[in-house]
This record gives sequence, C-alpha cells and structure tokens, in this order.
Amino acid sequence: MIAQNVVFWILAVAMVLAAIGVVRSNNLVHAALYLVVVLAGSAAQFILLAAEFVAWVQVLIYIGAVIILFLFGIMLTRAPMREDLALDNDQRLAAAVVSLFLLGVLSTLLIQAFGDSKIDITGPQGSELVNNGRAGTLAESIFSTYVLPFELVSILLLASLIGAVVLARRD
Amino acid sequence: MSVLATLALDIGWGSTLAIKTILVLAIIPFGALVLGYTFLLKMMSHMQSRLGPMDPGGFHGWFQLVGDGLKFMQKEDIMPAEADRRVFAMAPAVIVMSTFLIFLVIPAGPRTVVEDLDVGVFYALAVSSLSVIGVLMAGWASSNKFALLGALRAAGQLIAYELPLLLAVVGVVIQAGTMSLQGIVTAQQDGSIFGITAIGNPFIFTQFIGFALFLVAAQAELTQPPFDMPVAESELISGYMVEYSGFRFLFFFIGEFGTAFAFAALAATLFLGGWAIPGVHGATAELLGPFVLFVKLMAVAFLMFWVRFTYPRLREDQLQSLAWKVLIPIGLINIVATGILKVAVG
Repeated sequence: MIAQNVVFWILAVAMVLAAIGVVRSNNLVHAALYLVVVLAGSAAQFILLAAEFVAWVQVLIYIGAVIILFLFGIMLTRAPMREDLALDNDQRLAAAVVSLFLLGVLSTLLIQAFGDSKIDITGPQGSELVNNGRAGTLAESIFSTYVLPFELVSILLLASLIGAVVLARRD
Repeated sequence: MSVLATLALDIGWGSTLAIKTILVLAIIPFGALVLGYTFLLKMMSHMQSRLGPMDPGGFHGWFQLVGDGLKFMQKEDIMPAEADRRVFAMAPAVIVMSTFLIFLVIPAGPRTVVEDLDVGVFYALAVSSLSVIGVLMAGWASSNKFALLGALRAAGQLIAYELPLLLAVVGVVIQAGTMSLQGIVTAQQDGSIFGITAIGNPFIFTQFIGFALFLVAAQAELTQPPFDMPVAESELISGYMVEYSGFRFLFFFIGEFGTAFAFAALAATLFLGGWAIPGVHGATAELLGPFVLFVKLMAVAFLMFWVRFTYPRLREDQLQSLAWKVLIPIGLINIVATGILKVAVG
C-alpha cells in the first residue's frame, strides 16, 4: 500500500493547494481554472480507489461540462481580465468557523465508520474492489437494486430542465 | 505493450512505462505530420488547384512541411501586453495534452495497446472534451475581443457536438456489449453477417447511421470546415488563435491535426474493425495490426478532409440547430433501434 499512500498524499496536497487557490483568487477565471485542478485530483483519487468508471464520469461531467459552462458564463457576461477586489469580503471568520465545523463532522464520521477497516488490495478483497468499479457491475446494480433512486434522479433532472426552459422563455 | 513479452523480452514496469510514454509522445507529431502532409498540403493543393505547396523542393513540393516547421521555430515569441501570461502559455499545452491522452486506449494489434481500459471509448471521449478548456483559456488570456468571441463560439459548438458524438458511439457499444476498444475490435473480427464470416462484422454496416453521426460530430469537434466558425478567418481573423504566433501556434497546429488523427483512428476502430483482419490471429495479426489500422484510419481521414476542403462554412445558428434538432434526435432513435434489435435478434 506504500505506493498508493504516496500518490494519495501528493494528490491530496495538490488538491488542498488548488482549493485554497479557488477561494483566495481575486480573478473569477483563475478560480474556475483552479477548480479544474481540484476536480481532476478527485478523479485521480477515484482511480486510486479502483472506481475507474466514476473517475471518468467525473472528468467528462465536471471538468468537460460543468467547468466549461462556468467559464462560458463568466466570459459571456463579464470576461474580467484584471483582479476584482470586490470579490473579497469580511466574512472570513464566519467562513472559517463553518469550514472547520464541516471538517470536524466529516472526519469524525469517516473515522467512526471506516477508521479500522483495511483493504488487502492483492487478495480477493482487492479483485472484488476492482470488479465493483467496472462499468458492467455498476450498471447492473443501478438498473436492478437502485433502479428507483435512479429514476427519481432522472425525474429531478427533467424537472430542472423544464424549469430552465420556462425561465428562459420570453412570453 | 505486452507485445514485448511475445518477443521474449523481460523488462520491468519502469522501462515499460518509459517505452509507453515515449510511444504516445511520438505518435502525435507523427500523426499530425502525416495528415498535414498528405491531406492539408497535397490533397488540398490538387483539389483547390493551389500552386504554392506543390513548389518547394522540387518533386511535389516535398520540402513545404519542413520549411513551415523551420519558419514557425524561428519566429519571435510574441505575447500581448495585456495578456494573462501564465494562462496564455498553458493553453496550447492543455489542448495537446488532451490529444495525447486519447491515444492511450487505441489498440493497434491484439496486444499492442498502451492500456486496454474497461471503459475505453468512454475514456477517449471524456479526455477529448478537455480540449475545450484549453480553447477557452487561449481565447480569454489573449485579452482580445476576437479571440474571446472565437473561444465562446468554440465552447458552444464543442458542447453541442459532444452529445451526438457520444450517442453515435452508444450504438456500437450496445452491439459489441463492451466499452473496451479491444473488445469492440474482437467483436467485429469474430462476428458474422447472416452466417457469413468472411469479412467479420464491421459495425459500419449495422451502425451506418452511427458512423455518419460520428463523422459529422467529429468534424465539428475538430472545428474544421464546414464547422469552422470558431476560427472563421473572414469574421474573427482566426478566433482564439489570433494572438498566437511561432512555436505556440505550432502547438495548436499539431493539436488540431493530432486530434484529427485520433478521431480517425477511433472511427476506424469503432466502425471499420480497427487493426483486425477477419481470420488473422496471433503473431501475424500483431505484426500486420498497426499497418491495417493505419490504412483504415487514412481512409476515414480522407473522407474528413475531403469534406473540409470542399464545403463552405455554416452559419452559427444553423450549426446549433443542426446539432440539437437533427443529430441528437437521430442519435437517440438509433440507440433505441439498436437496443430493440439487440434484444430481438440477439
């Protein structure tokens, strides 16, 4: 597990630095580009967890579509070339409290739930993990065990799509 | 690259990784050169009666590409005063990197593939969508309104045409029953049409709608005419590339033709059977594979460039309505029909 640990920490440090860049940057486009690094890092973490399909979905949807829509929106409306100091505000203390609280809750939860569990990646547990990450296995569980939540999510997406059309119509 | 194992070479994973990296790094300039030379310079010169590219060096203007390369390299590296320097410099690299990543999964023989991912096609399309970020970065960082307009057009176009591209591939995936490119090739090699196994079952026969969709969408993804509004030289000078010169422009050029090479290879693999010849297996297939794939991809590339050199540009609104109102519905119908036939015929 040494190699995986090393890669994990490299990715984690890069992601944290980029995430700080997202909130610290005074330029909207730079912030969006830092977000690309964060999302790419989380895709890489998914690969480290043998969730290959999820990783590439992350790349296609978040980097390939969501970020591009962000950038598209920013550039279509203002396209700021210079730093915008008005992006800074005096909510730093409140933000710090909220993020520390979230960090505490999430890490307590994860340590309580998985603190002692270890995965032997070379043994049968490892091959089970790899198999679970395959697109075929994922599809089977989505369309059999979890078909109801899946359909609910599709209805939610359809509703937001119709909402967008209604909002965008002029009449 | 476990082909090396067949040649009884025993090498560690470090060296394997190095060989793989060098191969992938070498293939883009190679592909870009081959396509640029054969199609951009020679075929276009013949089709459009251009005399310039047929002149340098004597025989058929063979020196033209070398001359172009030398010219780009000695040009001054200019950056606009108001440009965002770091983003401006990174943008061409992002575009070329997204092309490099596609080549990781394209197989050129039974075992000649960098990584045969379980989600091969999906991966290829996911990483190819990253080039839009490079285009937006280039357009914005140039601090030029023409560049920004070009980048916005490119983003709108690439988002719109990514959907038909994905939908066109879904039909093939349903028919082959796998997303692995190696699996798709084998499905075509070992398939049969009405019991006849002589030519296998290239999916171009059953998925001809998918093939047409794929080619049209790929043409738009490459921002080639008739879909070249993002770089329309008569309206936007040359869009997001307007402030780039010299070596950085060469990067865009290599990226464009490298991506064309990658998409042609993908189309050849998905619809024409890739490296495979029906009935040829084992070491022979290993040796012939790269050449067979090359011939097929050049045939596809010929089609793409033929359209590029002969059709005029569409209008921006025609482009968007073609994607959303024509290609996507056809793609969805194709998927439903393929699904029904797959269940009914088996």
